[in-house]
Amino acid sequence: MAERVMVPVPPKAIIPSRDVGKRPILETHHLGIEFGGLKAVDDIDFAIGPSEICGLIGPNGAGKTTVFNLLTNVYQPTRGTILLDGYDTKGLTPDRVNRMGIARTFQNIRLFSNMSVLDNVKIGLHANMKTGFLSSITHGFGYSKAEKEADEQAIELLKFFNMEHLKDHQAGALPYGAQRRLEIVRALATKPGILLLDEPAAGMNPSETAELMENIRRIRDKFNIAIMLIEHDMNLVMGICEGICVLNYGRIIAKGTPDEIKNNPKVIEAYLGKKAE
Amino acid sequence: MNFLSNLISGLSLGSIYALIALGYTMVYGIAKMLNFAHGDIIMVGAFASIVFINNLGLPMILGVLLSIVVCVAVGVLVEKIAYKPLRSAPPLSVLITAIGVSYFLQSLAQLIFGTNQKAFPKFIQVAPVQIGELTIKGESIVTLAVTVAIMIALTLFINKTRMGKAMRAVSEDRQAAELMGISVNRTITITFAIGSALASVAGSFYGLTYSFIGPYTGSMPGIKAFVAAVFGGIGSIPGAMIGGILLGIIENMAKAYISTELSDAIVFGVLIIVLLFKPTGLLGKKINEKV
Repeated sequence: MAERVMVPVPPKAIIPSRDVGKRPILETHHLGIEFGGLKAVDDIDFAIGPSEICGLIGPNGAGKTTVFNLLTNVYQPTRGTILLDGYDTKGLTPDRVNRMGIARTFQNIRLFSNMSVLDNVKIGLHANMKTGFLSSITHGFGYSKAEKEADEQAIELLKFFNMEHLKDHQAGALPYGAQRRLEIVRALATKPGILLLDEPAAGMNPSETAELMENIRRIRDKFNIAIMLIEHDMNLVMGICEGICVLNYGRIIAKGTPDEIKNNPKVIEAYLGKKAE
Repeated sequence: MNFLSNLISGLSLGSIYALIALGYTMVYGIAKMLNFAHGDIIMVGAFASIVFINNLGLPMILGVLLSIVVCVAVGVLVEKIAYKPLRSAPPLSVLITAIGVSYFLQSLAQLIFGTNQKAFPKFIQVAPVQIGELTIKGESIVTLAVTVAIMIALTLFINKTRMGKAMRAVSEDRQAAELMGISVNRTITITFAIGSALASVAGSFYGLTYSFIGPYTGSMPGIKAFVAAVFGGIGSIPGAMIGGILLGIIENMAKAYISTELSDAIVFGVLIIVLLFKPTGLLGKKINEKV
């Protein structure tokens, strides 16, 4: 019988040291999707700690939003697995995955713009309340206790972002920055364990971006959830992310802390191109 | 006086169109499809009422209520079997399927009930009301009262209840709604159930107004209600109500003052003129694409 030799395999994922020993909120293994033979995203491996702020960066067209679409089951992966809080989400519909604890915002704002600010938040709250259709009818016509609770919770959430005075405004009529914030509030209303933000600082000026950074940290600390964000604003990414994944041509080319990423020659090459010899 | 009584019977006919148009507009708003089989649900409802009342001898009102249950079952079943598998198919395939379902329901009714028209039971008998020289048919009053009550209830449901909010959310942005935890399939099923229930009520009142029901009875009011929905702005619930009622009044006035034979031509002519000036209908949203 041959001698048994075991070698350590380097771990493929990194998480903040305080989250070691806790189950990662989100984990992917060899995640990939093909569109008609074209591999848009391939072999994505990462893990996110339950209180981590993590960045997903990469040049345009690298497949960042595709990864978000895979994580929320908008697309079904052609290979690999996604574990959300330890559960495999294969084959589930996006609404089921949302109720399991993942929420997101969109690159281009997608609020229910004809509804009031309060209703936008309550949509998120309602779907994640455990009441059936019948009770929604029987309770619906009167101003029931559950409805009152939902109102209070929604206002509570809006207060956290200083938006409670806007609650009766039509969502579509809000200024751009407020719409961006409302999208985050709506996502938080679904009580996620991890929040995905797709370019939250797009179109914001430096002072708004600074406020956003502060808000992202406050969300993590108050709700004790993980946050994963796609962003092109490097000040924001380097400023708040603990771990960063860099994507290029649908593959992860680097993983590490902001300092490691800043000095990684592969990342510099992906963003700026190869140095001429 | 003659004008007033024509106006009232127009209102009552229009409120039937409005009930049917609501089904078209809700399904279009939420499932983004034109359910051309919707008109035939009216016929299913009317035949179900005949079976329950004439053949099984049930009390009139109970028969009408049971026919609502039948229509809801048929509507939901059609959605599950025929439309749900095509959720991500091109709109044209869904449209063709809907036309197929429409012919299927008509042929099925022909097989079961034959091609002859059947008398519809007068399930409500109300004495006509006399105000001065004006006589209003009792049926018109009941039709109008019931449909107005249903429309108020529906508006409250859509605006105040949790399910209603979910429906509005799905109609605005299906994918975003799904990612907020709303089950799109369940929402669409409930939309079809509500639409079919309304069509069944409309079917009973249509039978009451015209007294005879055949396998093709649903197609003409179905098309007119579709026109009413487009006229009011398809996707808009108040639009369907207004469109339906206006259409009924125009049709009745055309019959009374111009020509009975030409009344349908006049109704569709008005639609064409309105759409020339307001392509999205009376209450339809104008969509300005961002460039």
